[in-house]
Amino acid sequence: MSTDRVRVVVTGLGATTPLGGDVASTWSGLVAGRSGVRPLNQEWIDVLPVGFAAPAAVDPTEVLPRPEARRLDRAEQFALVAAREAWRDAGSPEVDADRLGVVVGSGIGGITTVLSAYDTFKEKGWQRLSPFTIPMLMPNGAAGWVGLEVGAKAGVHSTVSACATGAESIGYALEMIRSGRADIVVAGGTEAAIHPLNLASFAAMRALSTRNDEPERASRPFDKNRDGFVLGEGSGIIVLESLEHARARGARIYAEALGVGYSADAHHIAQPEPEGRGIVLAMERALANAEIAPSEVLHINAHATSTPAGDVMEAVAIKSAIGDHPVVTATKSMTGHLLGGAGGVESVATILSLVNRLVPPTTNLDDPDDGVEIDVVRGEARALPEGEIAAINNSFGFGGHNVAVVFKTFHS
Amino acid sequence: MATTELEILNGLGKIINEITGIPASEVTPEKSFVDHLDIDSLSMVEIAVAAQDEFGVEIPDDQLKHLKTVKDVINFIQN
Repeated sequence: MSTDRVRVVVTGLGATTPLGGDVASTWSGLVAGRSGVRPLNQEWIDVLPVGFAAPAAVDPTEVLPRPEARRLDRAEQFALVAAREAWRDAGSPEVDADRLGVVVGSGIGGITTVLSAYDTFKEKGWQRLSPFTIPMLMPNGAAGWVGLEVGAKAGVHSTVSACATGAESIGYALEMIRSGRADIVVAGGTEAAIHPLNLASFAAMRALSTRNDEPERASRPFDKNRDGFVLGEGSGIIVLESLEHARARGARIYAEALGVGYSADAHHIAQPEPEGRGIVLAMERALANAEIAPSEVLHINAHATSTPAGDVMEAVAIKSAIGDHPVVTATKSMTGHLLGGAGGVESVATILSLVNRLVPPTTNLDDPDDGVEIDVVRGEARALPEGEIAAINNSFGFGGHNVAVVFKTFHS
Repeated sequence: MATTELEILNGLGKIINEITGIPASEVTPEKSFVDHLDIDSLSMVEIAVAAQDEFGVEIPDDQLKHLKTVKDVINFIQN
């Protein structure tokens, strides 16, 4: 490993997910193999082929003060809740604002605001629109609010790459610190897209599971009988910090953020490249960036969304780029797919797997599909060995975006 | 329908609390929205729209900018 490179560590975790309103409840849900998928009871489900989703376990409006909640889109609310937890978890450090950054993105942005504001506009006129409509619908809104919350002046950014957004944000944050632009960066992803138009549009792509008689069994990554993903919502945010900065303030360190790899498929706007070359390339570049060998990667939190097209390709790519030795899990089997929030939440899960040396199971994996020749955890959570080990969080998005982030256990 | 100053004050207090979180008890006639209550111009728009619904009095934008204090709004609604 080069000795002059800035080392980056993770010092804070935050999440609000279909399994719980914070990191602890989310993690215990994952380890227990609990499902966050529930039938929807809104009146509009009758016109949809899908009657279930994975809504956030704790509604953000129950946590945020009302005056604050009314100015924030639901995706921004999730991000603020998760960012506050992560920042508190990092010790609410007193830091130089000029050296503090934020990278928080969302796949779709303030889509529910757009739709409800348009209804208000048509029915009641422009004067009745909230003056916060634009800051609520802009895709960088969550980053802006988190930036205000912590007072970040090094730069506040939003990467947008559909379902790779959260992981790409974390990668960008890592690079902000390595390049010397910041000492500490709050980073992750958020999404709030459970709305009939989105469910209908994903259904129009034939991307969603329609297992209406067994919603909790619908998200089944790698399983032969998977039929699509389950739409989830929420946010995962982490605090990244240079090792030097973290040590100077005596911060508790969860793990080292060791590297990131990106690639693009240049194949199709929504379908994955059939050979999985882009995914392989992202993982290979992540290893090169982390300066580790495939043998050091003992755990992978897979992107695996439970769609027919993607999961086997990822399994094949993992075997090709890393090998069949890592303990793999697909936590979307429990959380559903949080789109832009997925990479954030799954990075939190990956980091906690390293910290606790425990990998949550992939639920609903009854019959691994042909080509899934990797070690996917089924049934009970599985322990990871002692010693220095690395893990990868994969995230891929419509548009052909592939991101792999590498974390490693940290010993002071 | 005549609305008393106290009724308007109480109504404004509720609206301002709902929108900004400022306790209704701090909304007193002499307070300036900007200097005392730290209410930004976007929130003032929300407050004006809510006040229109509550009191049935339209507050045009060119008037809103002249309403500096709680008392100014009360007077506007009463007249």
